[in-house]
Amino acid sequence: MTRPLPSRENSPLRYVGVAPFLLFTGLFLILPTGYIVLGAFRAADGGFTLDHILGLNTPSIRNAYWVSIRISFWSALIGSAIGLGMAAAVIHGGLPKAFRGPLMTFSGVASNFAGVALAFAFIATLGPAGLVTLWLRSEFGVNLRAQGFNLLSTTGLIVTYLFFQIPLMILIIAPALDGLKREWREAAETLGASGLQYVRMIALPILFPSILGCFALLFANAFGAVATAIALTGSSLNIAPILLFAQIRGDVLGSPGLGYALALGMVVIAGVANALSIWLRTRSERWLR
Amino acid sequence: MTRVLAWAIFLFGVFYFVLPLFGMTEFSLRMRRGVYSLDAYRVVLADPQFQATFAYSTVMALLTIVIGVLIVVPTAYWVRLYLPRLRPVVEFITLLPLVIPPIVIVFGYIRLYNTSSWLPMTGSSTGTNLLLLCGYATLALPYMYRAVDTGLRTIDVRTLTEAAQSLGAGWFTIMSRVILPNVLVAVLSGAFLTFAIVIGEFVMAALLNRPAFGPYLQLMGANKAYEPAALAVIAFAITWACMGLIALVTRLQKFTPAPR
Repeated sequence: MTRPLPSRENSPLRYVGVAPFLLFTGLFLILPTGYIVLGAFRAADGGFTLDHILGLNTPSIRNAYWVSIRISFWSALIGSAIGLGMAAAVIHGGLPKAFRGPLMTFSGVASNFAGVALAFAFIATLGPAGLVTLWLRSEFGVNLRAQGFNLLSTTGLIVTYLFFQIPLMILIIAPALDGLKREWREAAETLGASGLQYVRMIALPILFPSILGCFALLFANAFGAVATAIALTGSSLNIAPILLFAQIRGDVLGSPGLGYALALGMVVIAGVANALSIWLRTRSERWLR
Repeated sequence: MTRVLAWAIFLFGVFYFVLPLFGMTEFSLRMRRGVYSLDAYRVVLADPQFQATFAYSTVMALLTIVIGVLIVVPTAYWVRLYLPRLRPVVEFITLLPLVIPPIVIVFGYIRLYNTSSWLPMTGSSTGTNLLLLCGYATLALPYMYRAVDTGLRTIDVRTLTEAAQSLGAGWFTIMSRVILPNVLVAVLSGAFLTFAIVIGEFVMAALLNRPAFGPYLQLMGANKAYEPAALAVIAFAITWACMGLIALVTRLQKFTPAPR
């Protein structure tokens, strides 16, 4: 094992081996993103400017970010809660063990079933002529639209996003739930703790960084979702990714620099959420091994 | 008490997931008034635009897998063997496509590789296809790399390489006849996931104006009633098939221990 391989081991030539990778990611990942980021700070004459960033502070763009953040926040919060609940139910809740495999496989499918097709599924179910909408009307006389529910709205978007948020939560929180040791529960019970006390005082505090980390990941996941939103609402809903989509297609903001700044804002928000998620989840791994 | 609560939340979740799947299936069968029929599927499958875009996206997905494998397998192997210190860097780069929204990446492509730039890839349709292909390979990078790296962890890369070298194998032979067969299951897992992601991808294809399946789906959604539901069923079936194949190849590997 320790015998060095001939020649390549220490020569600078060994860096040639990763050259194709670095060239590829440089050309198609780093450089394009860097171009956008720099573009957000570049004035028309090529100099440095903060005008584009400051230019984001208009009611319409502020609103677009705010709606995006609200949708991402709520879909991540509800998705984390239900996903955690379902994963805990299968792993620690006394449900038949046979449920686990299918739930995990299904989660893998559903978390990847995003995009345009997902929007169709919800239009066929909760849309104006959807299965549930018609059924509620004919059987119970409930008119969803009159009740204030509209699939083509922020609420509708949150309900739809949950279809990939919940499974993603199930997939990423399951390892943490597996890490909860049986002994901890037994120790708590020996000391006279009730089930609720165990959950509230032991399980949740240990899982908390994990849960928060997963929440941040779900937030970023929803924030970057464009296809589902466009297929669901056309371009009627003013959210950041749809605004950026329209800007790339036809410069609706009337300023290329502003478009870069809009994109930079998305990178920053998604970047912070992801960094937070990675940091929190690495922290929690110390306990849950 | 706990058990009741567990059942309640589990059944609630199942209900939430089954409903839209049932809804889209039911809707897709309603094209003919009054009776259930497969008309919507017949119309969709006979649509030349469906055939063209679906074929386009299938070819793109397969090519993406090829590019992904060509980039990821040698890199992961090389880093593991010769440049372990570079691993955090390479891993970080492969995670970036999960962090940077795809819409921003493709925005960069459009500005960086437009007709008046130093590398005018969007000038011709071949160039744009190639650009889209590279975009897809970038999107697939995190999944592919993680799958292959996990695969490499289970084999003794160094010993295999030394054995092959002492038998006179060159670099290409080592890659194609020693390393690749050993991580084939991992590569296949990454490949199926890539296929599932690429086949319905919308944002990149739409912004680069390519006749792919994702933009076609969106167009149908905006103009038709029953066909989109049928398309959603087809798309779900494809995703399900890809995940099923991943589970299948992983299981097959578990039950065939390598002959020693």
